[in-house]
Amino acid sequence: MKARGEKIAQRILLVIALSAISSLILIALFIFKEGTPVMLRMGLRKFLFSREWDPQAGLFGIYPMIAASLWVTLGAMLIGAPLGIAGAIFLNEFVPKTVLRIVKPAIELLAGIPSVVYGFIGVMVLAPLIRDHLGGPGLSILAAAIILGVMILPTVISISTDAIGAVPNSYREGALALGATRWQAVHMVILKAARSGIMASIILAMGRAIGDLKAARSGIMASIILAMGRAIGETMAVIMVAGNTVKLPHSVLDSARTLTATIAFEMASATGRHREALFAIGVVLFVIIMILNTCATVSLRGRTTRS
Amino acid sequence: MSLDAKIRFELVSLFYGAFEALKQVNMTMAERQITALIGPSGCGKSTLLRTLNRMNDLIPGVRITGLVRVDGRNIYAPGTDVTTLRKRIGMVFQRPNPFPLSVRDNVSFGLRVAGLTSRADVEPILERSLRAAWLWDQVKDRLDQSALDLPLDQQQRLCIARLLAVEPDIILMDEPCSALDPIATGKVEDLMLELKKQYTIVIVTHNMQQAARISDVTGYMLLGDMIESGATAALFTNPQDRRTQDYLSGRYG
Ligand SMILES: Nc1ncnc2c1ncn2[C@@H]1O[C@H](COP(=O)(O)OP(=O)(O)OP(=O)(O)O)[C@@H](O)[C@H]1O
Ligand SMILES: [Mg+2]
Repeated sequence: MKARGEKIAQRILLVIALSAISSLILIALFIFKEGTPVMLRMGLRKFLFSREWDPQAGLFGIYPMIAASLWVTLGAMLIGAPLGIAGAIFLNEFVPKTVLRIVKPAIELLAGIPSVVYGFIGVMVLAPLIRDHLGGPGLSILAAAIILGVMILPTVISISTDAIGAVPNSYREGALALGATRWQAVHMVILKAARSGIMASIILAMGRAIGDLKAARSGIMASIILAMGRAIGETMAVIMVAGNTVKLPHSVLDSARTLTATIAFEMASATGRHREALFAIGVVLFVIIMILNTCATVSLRGRTTRS
Repeated sequence: MSLDAKIRFELVSLFYGAFEALKQVNMTMAERQITALIGPSGCGKSTLLRTLNRMNDLIPGVRITGLVRVDGRNIYAPGTDVTTLRKRIGMVFQRPNPFPLSVRDNVSFGLRVAGLTSRADVEPILERSLRAAWLWDQVKDRLDQSALDLPLDQQQRLCIARLLAVEPDIILMDEPCSALDPIATGKVEDLMLELKKQYTIVIVTHNMQQAARISDVTGYMLLGDMIESGATAALFTNPQDRRTQDYLSGRYG
C-alpha cells in the first residue's frame, strides 16, 4: 500500500519537474528564436559594439547599455564585495556564535526587501546627495552602483559566511596555537581555505547585479522574466536610480541605462524589429548570466572536491 | 619533587561552565623529558594539556583557578601575552592539521606570524625544521605543493616541523599518533625521542605501550583528578594507587 502511494507521488513529482524544466527550455528557445535574427541580420559585432540605439530609426547598437551594465556591476562589486566579506569575517570570527545565529537570518531577510524600496531610497536620498556634493544629475551610475552594492550584501554575506563557517576548526586552532592573532589566522589561513566559496559568492552577487536575484539562481529564470517584459521586479532599483540616458557614459556621475532597464522600459511599447532587438538583449544577458553561474558552480565544486 | 621543574601545576582547577573538568591538579614536569598523560576517555588529559598553551581560553565559559607555572612564571598572570606564550609552547593535534597551503608556507607560517618574511631568513629555517622533523628528503622537491597532498604521517611530521620553525621550548602533543598506522607511529615516536634532547615534551596518549616506550614520567588521571604521577617505569611496574593498578591491569570500568 505504502509502496504504491510512494510510487504515485514519485510519478506526480516527476511530471511536475519535467513540465517545469521543459517550459523553461521552451521559454529559452523562444527568446533565442526571437532574439537571434536581429543579431544575425546586423552582425553580432555591430549589434554589440555600435553606439547608436534609436529604435525609430532602426538603429540597434547596445554598446552604451553594455557599458552601463558593466560600470554599474563593477561599481556594485567594488562596494558590496569588500563590505560583505568583511561582514562575513566579523560574524564568523569576532563575535559569539549566538550573534551569528541571530544576525545571519536577519541579513538573509534583507534580500526579500522589494527592490523598489531600495530604488526609492536611492532616488530620494542618495541621488540628491550625489548631485549636491559631487555634481552631475545625481541619478547616475554611481548612485546605481551604491544601491546595487547594498542590495547584493545579503548574497555575499550569506554565502561567504557559509564558506568561512565550513573551514575546519582545526585550521583555526592550528594557527592560533602557533601564536597567530585572530586576524592573522583569518587572513593567512581561513580566507585561503574559504577562497572558492567566497569567490562563488562574489560571482553570484555579480549575476544578481547584472540581471537580478533570480538570474543569479538560474539564468533561465531570468530570461523568463525578461521575455515577459516584466524585468521590473529586481531591476526596479537600477531603473529608478541610474537615470535614463542611452548614451555612452563617460564618468560615474553620468546617468545611463543598463541592459535590463532597457528591456523593462521599452518592451511594453515595442513592436517588430524593435521588439526583436529587445529579445536580443535578453539573449546577451542570458549568455552573461549563464557564464557567471557556471563559474560560480565550478568554484563551489572546487571547494567540495578539495576537502 | 625537584625545584627546577620546567612546568608546575599548583592546585589547578578548570571549569567548563559549571562542570569541573580538572580538580585541584598538582604536578611537575621536568625539562627535556617526555611526560605522558594517560587515563580513560573524558578524564581531562586534553584539558590539562591545553591549559599549557591557553587554548582553553578560546572556549566560552571556561574558568581556571590555581597556578600554572612555566619556568617559574604563572602563565595565567594578568598581562601575559598569549601569542608569545603559544610561540614558546607549541602543540601537535590529534588529527594532522596542516593548513591548506604549500609545504613551504606551512613551515614558514609561524615565522610570518612573527613578522619574518624575507626569503633569505626563512629558507635556512625551513630546511632545518624539515630536517629536524625527518621530512626534508620526502618533501624537498615538493615544497610548493599543497601540504594536503602529503600522506597522513608526513602531514603530522609537517605539523611538527611547523612548530620547530618557531623554536619553542615545550611541545604539547595530543594523541599525535592516533590517526597513524603502526609504522608511521614508530617513526613519530623515534622522532620524539630525538626531539627530547632539545625540547620538553608533554604527550597525551591512549596507548599505554606508547607511554611506556617513550615517556620518562607518566601521570594517571581519572575524572579530572591527577591520581598519581611518577617515573614511568615505576608507575607501570609498581603503581601506588589502587585505581592506577586497576587501570593498568585493564580492570577499569
Ligand atoms: N568545550 C567543552 N565544553 C564542555 N565540556 C567539555 C569541553 N571539552 C571537554 N569537556 C569535558 O571535559 C571533560 C574532559 O575532557 P577532555 O577532552 O580533557 O578529556 P580527555 O581525557 O582528553 O578525553 P579523550 O581521551 O576522549 O580525548 C570531559 O568530560 C568532557 O566532556
Ligand atoms: Mg583528549
